[in-house]
Amino acid sequence: MAAQPLAISRENLRPTAIGDVLSRSPSLWDLAAILLVLGVVILLGSGAKQMVAPFGLANANPITLSPWALPMYAVRTTLRMLAAMVASLIFTLIYATVAAKSRRAEIVLIPILDVLQSVPVLGYLSFTVVFFVSLFPGNTLGPELAAIFAIFTSQAWNMTFSFYQSLRMIPTDLDEASRSFRFSSWQRFWTLEVPFAMPGLVWNMMMSMSGGWFFVVASEAISVGKLQIALPGIGSYVALAIQNRNLHAVGWAILAMTVTILAYDQLLFRPMVAWSDKFRSEQTVSPVVPKSWLLDLFRRASLMRLIGEPVGLGVRIALRSRLSPPPRSNVGKTVLIPSRVIDYIWYAVVIVGAVWTSTKVIQMTAPHLSMSDVGTVLFDGVITFIRVVVLIALASAIWVPIGVMVGLRPRLTQLIQPLAQFLAAFPANLLFPIAVFLIVRYQASPNIWLSPLMIFGTQWYILFNVIAGASAFPGDFREVAATFHIRGWRWWREVMLPAIFPYYVTGAITASGGAWNASVVSEAVNWGHTNLTATGLGAYIARMTDAGDFPRIALGIAVMSIFVILSNRLIWRPLYAIAETRTRLT
Amino acid sequence: MNQAQNSQATTSPAASAPTVQPPIIELRTICKSYAKPSGEPMPVLVNIDLTIREGEIVGLLGRSGSGKSTLLRTVGGLITPSSGAALYRGQPMTGPPDGISIVFQSFALFPWLTVLENVEIALDALGVPRDETRTKALASIDLIGLDGFQSAYPRELSGGMRQRVGFARAIAIEPVLLLMDEPFSALDVLTAELLRTDLVEMWREKRLPIKSILLVTHNIEEAVLMCDRVFVLSSNPGTLAAEIPNPLPHPRDRQDPVFHELVDQIYSILTKRKVESSTAAGVSIAQEVPRATVNAMLGLIEAVEAPPWRNQADLADLARSLSFEVDDLFPVADALSLLRFAELKDGQLTLTPAGVQFVQLGTDERKAMFAQHMLHHVPLAAHISDVLSKRDGHSAPRRRFQDELEDHLSHEAADRTLQVIINWGRYAELFTYDSRSRTFINSKLLAQAQATEAKAS
Repeated sequence: MAAQPLAISRENLRPTAIGDVLSRSPSLWDLAAILLVLGVVILLGSGAKQMVAPFGLANANPITLSPWALPMYAVRTTLRMLAAMVASLIFTLIYATVAAKSRRAEIVLIPILDVLQSVPVLGYLSFTVVFFVSLFPGNTLGPELAAIFAIFTSQAWNMTFSFYQSLRMIPTDLDEASRSFRFSSWQRFWTLEVPFAMPGLVWNMMMSMSGGWFFVVASEAISVGKLQIALPGIGSYVALAIQNRNLHAVGWAILAMTVTILAYDQLLFRPMVAWSDKFRSEQTVSPVVPKSWLLDLFRRASLMRLIGEPVGLGVRIALRSRLSPPPRSNVGKTVLIPSRVIDYIWYAVVIVGAVWTSTKVIQMTAPHLSMSDVGTVLFDGVITFIRVVVLIALASAIWVPIGVMVGLRPRLTQLIQPLAQFLAAFPANLLFPIAVFLIVRYQASPNIWLSPLMIFGTQWYILFNVIAGASAFPGDFREVAATFHIRGWRWWREVMLPAIFPYYVTGAITASGGAWNASVVSEAVNWGHTNLTATGLGAYIARMTDAGDFPRIALGIAVMSIFVILSNRLIWRPLYAIAETRTRLT
Repeated sequence: MNQAQNSQATTSPAASAPTVQPPIIELRTICKSYAKPSGEPMPVLVNIDLTIREGEIVGLLGRSGSGKSTLLRTVGGLITPSSGAALYRGQPMTGPPDGISIVFQSFALFPWLTVLENVEIALDALGVPRDETRTKALASIDLIGLDGFQSAYPRELSGGMRQRVGFARAIAIEPVLLLMDEPFSALDVLTAELLRTDLVEMWREKRLPIKSILLVTHNIEEAVLMCDRVFVLSSNPGTLAAEIPNPLPHPRDRQDPVFHELVDQIYSILTKRKVESSTAAGVSIAQEVPRATVNAMLGLIEAVEAPPWRNQADLADLARSLSFEVDDLFPVADALSLLRFAELKDGQLTLTPAGVQFVQLGTDERKAMFAQHMLHHVPLAAHISDVLSKRDGHSAPRRRFQDELEDHLSHEAADRTLQVIINWGRYAELFTYDSRSRTFINSKLLAQAQATEAKAS
């Protein structure tokens, strides 16, 4: 259950794009990006609000709680997920390429991506739902698109970062070879740039899909003010189960989800990762080759090969043909001709755009808000922030030692690593109803006992990253430590913790980002007609979404985005810098 | 391409002399500069005149950092010169021209394509129709001796095989000129020798569909073994020091005295230039220091002092006996000569009296002597020591010295120079360096100052 997992390089789970994101110094462009992103989202949503008639979509097929409906719902949920993935991929290929090739675009596009990664998806879901519904009034296409868009926004950003990073790290000799042999841009893109970026891209795609389940479930049953939507799928099933206080139904849903995730893992995840091994740039055969029985089946079954060959041929012709005569001139990296005048015009356009959107937003929302609102929101934000910090600290204290223990023992790693990855993918919001039921039953205080829900799904990121770090720990170092009898706290402080620090930071960043997102659905929960609310920014946003109070929703997500961006810059960035310089093993 | 131009030559009237083809490559007073951080241009190549005609193998020889890779890329159209004219067949170049292909030191094979696909991709880029692509690629692979490996991926191949794929790819497009950028440097000695002899044999038997070759290398013997003409580049900035014709007939024998003579001649040119430039440099602190570690210097000076050399050695012989590439030995020899522990002249390394004395001393005395020589002969070290002794706290940030150096050197050169000085200074105990805070500290003076303060209070 990761919100927008940050780009991670598969080879050793070290973050590739995080460094790029966090090590850029804050600039004017970041501010412009924040203003633009939030402004556009709020404006679109608020504009659309006027056009939406208050209706609850009378579903042609109302959701049933019968377990037999679940397979169909699971299929529909997965289809939404895949549609979002296709959209993310197309977006990645276009956006990252433009950002990498055009210096001017890069100045704005990358900060925008940075902000998009930090804004909590569930926060602006209310705006986007209203926007899409207004585009297709009376039709289920609107809400479907809104759900797909919500999933898309949880998946696309880290893929884009990874691809952008790869485009900037093309090895010089391959670059020179392709220029000296005069590849056309199309050929170069498909023969050099995409294959080189493939390992990182595939890994990030898989991470994205893992994180996506959470958002699918959260975005299928949406209620924004008077707009009530329930798309057929596991998420709506669970929402209905909560309404009817049906714990058995929740259990069935959990089972269905488990089967779905296992199926997609075997049928999609592992074949893709095994296939992408061919694009690895290291020039040695890897000692651990990822296996997939499905891929082997495809490769060996002659029927598959028969079908595969013409397809492969067609693809090859499409991707390898020149599409343009051999260029007579040197095509450099920047597409646009650098000229100061155009630069300044571009900057002016961006700044004016940012200022205009933010002015409009303020004009629209300010009349409805008062200083006390701002005060409440800030206070709630601080509470949620404290929760996130405490929970991350607790999760680290528990899972880091366990992760190290597991990582140092290869056989345990083989068992536990996939389990941890599964748990990270499993949408924790399916388990919330059980927790809520228990809290209601035992009259526990929501402020304390709702908090663990935030970290419930994201703590696994810390675990499996630490496992990866410990299993990558060089055997030499262990032997040195053993020979010199380094033990106990000393061993932890001077040997182990520095080595896994970069991995830990990667996991913690993802976990904390996920926790912020999860706060929107975990600080305010229902069980039937009972409403449990904790104090916090997530609860605030959830309540305002329910009430359809757009100005306050806008305020809430703006403040939450600022909290996330600030904690990225002030906490994670220095930690990551330390990880990069002081504790790198190479 | 080739055919068109050939037919042009043969259809000209037989009465007059056959039309003289313009040389394949002509570089006229090529200069290339890169911008330093301060904005001033830093010259890499200065006034290079180079001509390559059909039917010859031309060598470009120089030490690391002499700009030979830049020059090769200028010939190949990948880099545009800052001034001067680069002509291909008499026409100015505006990018990689038709008819030139490059073989790279690191092979530059696409890891996700098989051997056959790697070769085909070069033909695809020319827009060759698909059926022809396959036949041409297979022919090229066969010629180079890779038959049977068509469906292998580069990671399954050894270094020598990968370079053969690089050759096959370059030759498949039937270029007029083949450029090779240190093609054998990344290979082990045996494989490199095998590939060299194979290549020369194919060239002599005219089995290669190319007209000329330009070979860039830092290996003097390789250049003399393969090339018909050798251009020697000096470094900082890169200029043509000499053009040496090689009349030896193929196959060439490394033991041949004429071969030896040519090799020695080139050695002298390469070592002579360095000595001249170091005396002319004056006392500027922004001198680039030879990149040699103290350990390498100690090892070399002890080797030269010991039998059979006894304080004087021929560099070529020394390199051979130590199994060193001469290119790796040069910086160490240069460093010793900078510190006046040895003298480098005409390919001979002779220990000075100071050097002989140095070898006899014990560790602590060696450090003291090393420190003395550093202060006397390396202006930057003297400057750092001076600054540290005068400053409060006896420490100074690296940034300060880096900025001073960057007034005259590029950022990378300044960085490297400081790295070397730090290595030497730590050995000589002239100062300590804290890499976390990036500060130079004279710990002895600092301790003294703290002791006097403690006594005073």
